[in-house]
Amino acid sequence: MKSLVTAPLFCLIAGMLLATPAMAQDKQIIVYNAQHESLAKEWAAGFTRDTGIRVTLRNGSDSEFSNQIVAEGKASPADVFLTENSPAMTQVGQAGLFAPVDADTLALVEEQYRPSSGQWIGIAARSTVFAYNKTKLAQDQLPKSLLDLADPQWKGRWGASPSGPDFQAIVSALLQLKGEEVTADWLKAMKAGFKAYRGNNTVLKAVNTGEIDGGIIYHYYWFGDRARTAENSNEVELHYFRNRDPGAFVSISGGGVLASSKHPQEAQAFLKWIVGEAGQQVLRDGASYEYTVGRDEASNPDLVPLEDLQAPQIDPQTLNSRKVTDLMTDAGLL
Amino acid sequence: MQASADSTLISASQPGRRITARLRLSWIGLAAILVTLLALVPLGFIFWVTAQTGWQTAIALVFRPRVGELLANTIMLELLAVPACAVLSVALAWLTERSDLPGARLWSWLCVAPLAVPAFIHSYAWVTIVPGLNGLSAGVLVSVLAYFPFLYLPVSAALRRLDPALEDAAAALGHGPWSVFLRVVLPQLRLALCGGALLVGLHLLAEYGLFVFVRFDTFTTAIVDQFQSTFNGPAANMLAGVLIACCFALLTLEMLARGDERYARVGSGAARHPVKAVLGRAALPCLLLLVLVAALSLGVPFYTIARWLGTGGWQVWRMDEISSALGHTTVLALGGAVLATLAAIPMAWLSIRAPGRLQRILEGCNYMVGSLPGVVIALALVTLAVRYLLPLYQTLATILIAYMLMFLPRALISLRASIAQAPPELEQAAMNLGRRPLDALWSTTIRLSAPGAAAGMALVALGILNELTATQMLAPSGTRTLALAFWSYSGEIDYAAAAPYALIMVGASLPLTWLLYVQSRKMAGQ
Repeated sequence: MKSLVTAPLFCLIAGMLLATPAMAQDKQIIVYNAQHESLAKEWAAGFTRDTGIRVTLRNGSDSEFSNQIVAEGKASPADVFLTENSPAMTQVGQAGLFAPVDADTLALVEEQYRPSSGQWIGIAARSTVFAYNKTKLAQDQLPKSLLDLADPQWKGRWGASPSGPDFQAIVSALLQLKGEEVTADWLKAMKAGFKAYRGNNTVLKAVNTGEIDGGIIYHYYWFGDRARTAENSNEVELHYFRNRDPGAFVSISGGGVLASSKHPQEAQAFLKWIVGEAGQQVLRDGASYEYTVGRDEASNPDLVPLEDLQAPQIDPQTLNSRKVTDLMTDAGLL
Repeated sequence: MQASADSTLISASQPGRRITARLRLSWIGLAAILVTLLALVPLGFIFWVTAQTGWQTAIALVFRPRVGELLANTIMLELLAVPACAVLSVALAWLTERSDLPGARLWSWLCVAPLAVPAFIHSYAWVTIVPGLNGLSAGVLVSVLAYFPFLYLPVSAALRRLDPALEDAAAALGHGPWSVFLRVVLPQLRLALCGGALLVGLHLLAEYGLFVFVRFDTFTTAIVDQFQSTFNGPAANMLAGVLIACCFALLTLEMLARGDERYARVGSGAARHPVKAVLGRAALPCLLLLVLVAALSLGVPFYTIARWLGTGGWQVWRMDEISSALGHTTVLALGGAVLATLAAIPMAWLSIRAPGRLQRILEGCNYMVGSLPGVVIALALVTLAVRYLLPLYQTLATILIAYMLMFLPRALISLRASIAQAPPELEQAAMNLGRRPLDALWSTTIRLSAPGAAAGMALVALGILNELTATQMLAPSGTRTLALAFWSYSGEIDYAAAAPYALIMVGASLPLTWLLYVQSRKMAGQ
């Protein structure tokens, strides 16, 4: 009997020891991944195939991880941090927790898709869109600007996912372009007039069923769904705001190596692999439909070319994530 | 505690053995105190963080319109869902236990079986069938269907054990059947109703996945939102504080509603079996009610899972992913169950062998912490680990400790019932025969309570299998349980890919739910 009880106990203790971060031996890196799990899994698998270095993903969202890394400080178990949007990268950069990205890696990416500091690097890009139900809205009824959605005529007719990092990045662009007062007012009007969903996919689905006329999301949710079964997008079309509007914001997904990484070489190699030919090819040919950012790496031909989107010029380093969550908490959106 | 415990043992132990007896007791008492202190850590930590935030910020974060909104949502949900569960379970329990409904045995199992379907899978099924379903009404509908068995179980057990003599007396005094039910039967169900309602109420406070699918915001969903935006920011901790207050309000309410009337029968002999009410023409509508409940609470989830599996075909069975998720879930569930049971042993033993005031306070603390939502415990543990206990951060140990704190009451209740049945004389005999105290305890009482321990472990494992929020926040990097995999796929609206995980979770929960059902019948003497 005694062994019946003690045996599982020993297994338990052994299991705990095995699971401690100490188990991360030579050829393994831990990635805090806020990118889509499916995309990160493809990158990780490709990298492991090419180099033999194992990758463990911890999945979460942008500002959850940036705050977590700041809280962990030098003790962070993470080697690499990947995001969907740049404000979280800036937060970690400002805390001085990134190691500079290798120069030959930086050279692989177009200049406008990485911060001047070289602390992190763009790995993919995505455009803000207004996804609308084509049976409910005609071309001339579409909003001209993101700011128009604060108008009472849109009350109850549009949706977004305020708890998600994507929407928070869009708000950070608005904050940078129009200032705190306009942003705070817009958020208040939004709280009174929009419908809250969790996740951009859910917004897309609600637009498709006609629950709402339109929603603010990123472009690739629509392309991804169209490529699969189109069951959540066959009634939906995309409207690009253009004209350097805050709603035309193109967000940069970032990648960085932590200064505290115990495997800096492997971590830098992973980043290089992602922005290199193999990693960008995953973006071009895979199911993610995000834009490529590598030099001479074309995006998926189905997408509207990035150059045609007339996105506002924003230095990604200026986007502030903490201010955004504070403003959104004040507006009652979080 | 020690004084009262000693006095029970003095008579049995010789003077020379008193020292060892006291030593043994103090070891067990110490262990119980340690477990309780550990359980109080997350609670204390939330208060400490609040104090550290500064009162001004804390007040600004607590008294804001958003918190008012969430509070209104929570109160409405509790006010609508709990009474609805109560009415439904009393009706179902009466039909299955006290009427001549055809197939009553089968129906009573079908009224418990919805527990095998995790709440978020109920919700997943409902939004598949009715895509626009959202808001308060949706939240109430799905939570009633997911949680009414928590009330059905105790109410049906109580109904089975009522002494029909009381009802006969009331009828003889001229009361009609309805009047007898309202004035004699219902009051006797009070304890069962209060206990079950508390359980449902606490689950509503802690539930996350169910309400995300139907887009209904509660404190738990708001805390997770804050966590995903700010990690362990002050706003999340303040919301957790308000949620803790809600839990305590429910516990107090239940204590006040419980009352202290006598419910045991007086008189000699055993109560006879109650005569089953003849439904006659009402049998058909009553059967329809049961069919409807079974269809909504079991038919909808099973149909949806089958439908998505059909649409997804063989592609969704990614066996490597599924088997690794199954492995992770098994390790966590087994580890958590063993740990919770081990931690419950000292407290369970004390509550039977040496009850006293201190012991009651300790036990109360454990129940209190067990009633807190996983997200609150996880939030406290993650902050604590990252600031002060880095070696434990993101290890299996932290998540297992969280499970232990969350599910300790489940292990405790089952163990206590078993230990009560083990005669204390055996322990004393073993010691007299020369076993060391702990050894004696081990080879007698603990071994005899194995069935209770097993039932408790099953309940804990069931809880861990369906756990989402704490696992997400605390588990080691790379962990992907069945629930997490399901959540990740359904978050990307890939409902077909989520279906195999839903099926496996339901499949694994069914035997555990059956065990629970059988045990509840046994306790009612059937």
